[in-house]
Amino acid sequence: MQLVGRPITLYSEAMAPSPSPDPADIASGIRRRVLAHVLANNGGYLSQACSSAELLAALYGQVLRLAPTDGALHPPAFEAVPGPDSPRVSGGIFHGEPGPELDRLIVSPAHYALVVYAALIEAGRLDEAALDQFNKDGSTVEMIGAEHSPGFETTTGSLAQALSTAGGIALGRRLKGESGRTFVFMSDGEFQEGQTWEAVQALAYYGLDSVRVVVDVNRAQCDGPMDSVMTIEPLTTKLKAFGASAESVDGHDIASLSRALERPTGKPHFVLAYTDPVRGVPLMNKRRPVLHYLRFTGPEERKEYEDFYAQMLLNGSEVVR
Amino acid sequence: MSNQRNVEIVTRPHVENFIEWSADKPEVLVLSADLTNSCEVGKWRDTYPDRFFSMGMAEQNMVSFAAGLAREGFEPWLHTFAVFLYRRPLDQLQMSVAYPNLKVRLVGFLPGITTPGGVTHQAIDDVAVMRAIPNMTILETGDATEVESVLDVAHEIDGPVYIRMLRGEVPRLFPEPMQFNTARVLAVAGASLEDPADLVVLTSGIETEEALRAVPALQDAGVGITHLHVSTLKPFTDPTVLTALRSARSGVITMENHLVTGGLGSAVAEVMAESGIGTPLHRIGLHDTYAHGASQAYLLREYDLDAMSLVQAAGQLLGRTFDIDAADLAPVRIAATHSSAKVEAL
Repeated sequence: MQLVGRPITLYSEAMAPSPSPDPADIASGIRRRVLAHVLANNGGYLSQACSSAELLAALYGQVLRLAPTDGALHPPAFEAVPGPDSPRVSGGIFHGEPGPELDRLIVSPAHYALVVYAALIEAGRLDEAALDQFNKDGSTVEMIGAEHSPGFETTTGSLAQALSTAGGIALGRRLKGESGRTFVFMSDGEFQEGQTWEAVQALAYYGLDSVRVVVDVNRAQCDGPMDSVMTIEPLTTKLKAFGASAESVDGHDIASLSRALERPTGKPHFVLAYTDPVRGVPLMNKRRPVLHYLRFTGPEERKEYEDFYAQMLLNGSEVVR
Repeated sequence: MSNQRNVEIVTRPHVENFIEWSADKPEVLVLSADLTNSCEVGKWRDTYPDRFFSMGMAEQNMVSFAAGLAREGFEPWLHTFAVFLYRRPLDQLQMSVAYPNLKVRLVGFLPGITTPGGVTHQAIDDVAVMRAIPNMTILETGDATEVESVLDVAHEIDGPVYIRMLRGEVPRLFPEPMQFNTARVLAVAGASLEDPADLVVLTSGIETEEALRAVPALQDAGVGITHLHVSTLKPFTDPTVLTALRSARSGVITMENHLVTGGLGSAVAEVMAESGIGTPLHRIGLHDTYAHGASQAYLLREYDLDAMSLVQAAGQLLGRTFDIDAADLAPVRIAATHSSAKVEAL
């Protein structure tokens, strides 16, 4: 069996997904739902929604070839962690029945869970009532997604392991003769971890061009702006030097994102989506430089966000753009 | 009992056996991290090149990558030195493999002091670490038969398995294959396992061979010994072990090629405490220390892991001084440093 360099069938019109909601509507819906949730819960991961809304909209609304779900599914209650007497429960069910020619999406930054849930709701795959269970005892709609959480196939709260696992999945799929692609959604902070670079060199070595990675390069991390924590640039140059293909795009331009993600390169492909962590909610500029998690400082700030949300509802997606 | 033994020595039992065993199992893959020949899978690679994946010196990626292959229905068998399977990639082992209970097989070579490679190559805490990982099964090989039969035992387990593997020149001590969670009864003090024993000795891995050198001399000195060889270290729920422990009158001795914390000795202590067995327990193993680079025979002596250590422990527990010296023990089996046993190889 020749493994290196085997051509992989890429996107063809015949495999086009059934019509999905307009990606732009998905993106504005993600911001709206996450902001509403942050208001209702007095805090949350809002900047991640602002930076990655278009990226997830491009994936769920345009790029991914997924089987449909039987409507908007209700998340199962937590029963047990995986073990000898309790089989794994996969949040991949929200991506529909897997198939050899269909795509897979592995979400790496598990703290984007709320954003992923919002995207699944906007894509019509998750019941919107699911967010009522967010971070509630006995729920699988967890704050940091695990593999039973909607949209998650792997448990990646300890960052930078998903790319390696996706490589194993892609290699396994190639051994089985599957033509579907394996997408990975990553955050830029994960490029500070050594394992990411181990994974890139292995993906390149085995010519796994079915792996398509989209990175939310929002240049913000837990301690603050990335350049004040540990610089990762020049990312495109580094990835190419490791044997992958890489291109940077405007992470809020859905058409560019989709084009880049579909581009056949014959190599594992990295789409570096440069994003603005306050896009659509400029109020957050006041909170710079630390944007990782929004917790209102008091009733005044809360009121500002409530007013902004009301305006968002009035103006529809205009506010977002 | 005679101290003369005719032990068959098998050279590199894993090499051909693993090739033959894998022939009808297309789901079995091998992942290696630049220690392919050192882990006796060079010929396997040449036999099944489509199922062998070199992952380079990058164990974190290798472990998470294996998880992805297991999720697609494959059964990856990771071959590298034990230290590189649990120290460096512990988070990957826990989160990518153990939490989802995936069928990944971790074949760890050079357990404990079986290598002159020194502290960096000696896995002295692996059992302790692995015992603290939910879903993990731990198997340890003690002879050539177990090196061969551990494959079937691991293959049947629906979850991750860690194997303490032996390589090079390995003695064949046992005629029967390894059985999951079933200790081998090597000596019984009375007519049955329930009958009282002066001492109950539980050993694992290479320490069983050491115990076998000393047990006949102790028996000749009139000590009633029940001796069990343990190959399943997690779970540790074998009723045979409990029965034997209950039969101990003057004490229990454990012997392990590992720290006494967290390994066989700790597992036995837990069972004894939970079952209300109040006999003294003497644990032979490394006591809160790293080892260093030297021959196995030297290190066994240096760290009191050898057959004579069992004689001394028995004397302490029984309040006796035995007139037993090295000449009374079965001979030490020493593999030549530069030989097919590859003890010098890293």
